[in-house]
Amino acid sequence: MTHLPKALLLLAVLGLAACNNPDRYGAGGAGGAAGAGGLGGYGAGGIDSSALGGANDPRSIAYFQQTLGDRVFFAVDQSTLSDTARATLDTQSQWLAQNADYAIIIEGHADEQGTREYNLALGARRASAVQDYLISKGVAPSRMRTVSYGKERPVEVCSTEDCYGKNRRAVTVLSMGAGA
Amino acid sequence: MTLFRPLAPLGLALALLLPVVPAAAQNGPLRIEITEGVIEPLPFAVPDFVAENGAASQLAQDIARVIASDLAGTGLFREIPASAHISRVTSFDAPVAYADWKAINAQALLTGAVSASGDRVVVKFRLYDVFSDQPLGEGLQFAGSAAGWRRMAHKVADVAYSRITGEGGYFDSRVVFVSETGPKNARAKRLAVMDYDGANVQYLTDSSSIVLAPRFSPQGDRILYTSYSSGFPRIYLMDVGSLSSRGLAEQPGTMTFAPRFAPDGRTVAFSLEQGGNTDIYTLDTASGTRRQLTNSPSIETAPSFSPDGRQIVFESDRSGGQQLYIMSAGGGEPRRISNGAGRYGTPVWSPRGDLIAFTKQHQGRFHIGVMRTDGSEERLLTASFLDEGPTWAPNGRVLMFTREGAGAGGQPALYSVDISGRNLKRVPLSVAASDPAWSPLLP
Repeated sequence: MTHLPKALLLLAVLGLAACNNPDRYGAGGAGGAAGAGGLGGYGAGGIDSSALGGANDPRSIAYFQQTLGDRVFFAVDQSTLSDTARATLDTQSQWLAQNADYAIIIEGHADEQGTREYNLALGARRASAVQDYLISKGVAPSRMRTVSYGKERPVEVCSTEDCYGKNRRAVTVLSMGAGA
Repeated sequence: MTLFRPLAPLGLALALLLPVVPAAAQNGPLRIEITEGVIEPLPFAVPDFVAENGAASQLAQDIARVIASDLAGTGLFREIPASAHISRVTSFDAPVAYADWKAINAQALLTGAVSASGDRVVVKFRLYDVFSDQPLGEGLQFAGSAAGWRRMAHKVADVAYSRITGEGGYFDSRVVFVSETGPKNARAKRLAVMDYDGANVQYLTDSSSIVLAPRFSPQGDRILYTSYSSGFPRIYLMDVGSLSSRGLAEQPGTMTFAPRFAPDGRTVAFSLEQGGNTDIYTLDTASGTRRQLTNSPSIETAPSFSPDGRQIVFESDRSGGQQLYIMSAGGGEPRRISNGAGRYGTPVWSPRGDLIAFTKQHQGRFHIGVMRTDGSEERLLTASFLDEGPTWAPNGRVLMFTREGAGAGGQPALYSVDISGRNLKRVPLSVAASDPAWSPLLP
């Protein structure tokens, strides 16, 4: 993993990000274009997907996402962090301190119970609450940005609290290039 | 498109906050009049227009159908079908057989003629008050390109609507909206425009970025919207003619959204979020000068100007939940106008100036409603799982909004409703759609 050329890792990160959320980089965004061009240059055949590491590799994004937990959840119309959320963010901050190459985008989301504009603002509150907490735990503000998706990107589409609870979230998304 | 003669103003004014019924058929001018009673739509006839040459034969039928659809679609009129007509209109200038139209109780009669030459189409029409045995206003003609035939039909219908109700028309208008495809957790959105009745859909952007809440300029020549094309929500201004867009209010580390034009067509009010807090700003699009209007740790968003440009209605959760407030267009202490139970958002000032339309959430349901600008006389016009984001027709008589169903299959669609709460209907579109914004009446 540590010997993997940085460009390949970047490709993989962009790929993951794209799978998660195709809109993150927008139309012809730098991320998508670089990914496609880079892939042609290196040739897909040379990439060993196991090199990324699975959820058991403590330096992998998969580990951060799945084992540590990349997201925290909120109560209806709230942006305060629960004890569970703080515990998740504590482990995130420790991992981020040891993996300083990653830049961080914190996505704030809302469930569909609310008007579009309000939910955008609410998602921003949630993302900001996470950012503030991570800063308080020593993560450099220069590594982090926030973005709100409001109710535009639910992960669950049922219209019951089972789904709403999973949609009211803030997700810590990693990418290479923290300026580290 | 050329309007050869100015439209004659008619003195049939009436307030439209109350149900309407047609006046008694006999004796007195044709009009729709207010009562507290039940609506009985006014019966009218629009026979096929007379084709003045062979090239116009299809248009002569199609134009009459669009006019009839416009009028009947308001819920204020009922078309008497051609199968019931006694007279056939074969000459635009021949005397009207009033008795034949009285016999089928057609209170209003609209006749017309169409000629087509190359790309040029000329449409003439006259409106008759059948039971008064006389025309209602002067005959008019419109001329334009063949591609604009629907607009000419809408203009004819606007004149007829206006003469009978005393209200401004709204049929010759467009609506910008967001077309939606794909599952709810990976929704692709594009800006699109349509005629007010769902015809002539045209796309303004591709689906590569999330786009939200487009708004027309007061002249209809530009569109404000929010896009994630940079990866972060920002407001953009599109020129409708060239489809070119430029970002407004660029400031790294912030999110901008909910833009809306002032009546001057130059100032834009919008929300800017920084560090988790959202306030309302204005931006002079010509000079770039930005001004902060609210400064509160709460969420202030969805600003909408009064028609005179002096005030802004917006939503804020400063009291703990979303409520509606009005402030001076220059900022300053706002006054709260919504006071009922539930949450109020997305306020929009009526073009007539008298009402604020809004989205209300209460006990798990969403409503579109209206209230006076002092918050009094709140009336909820709709109720559903999710109704949101009203926009006013140019005459302040009709609202269009987004209705979305629950769960994976609950695709969003555009609906319209009269401000009396009547005539709720879905705008016919082949795509899922949200966030409508009405244009002004087209020139």
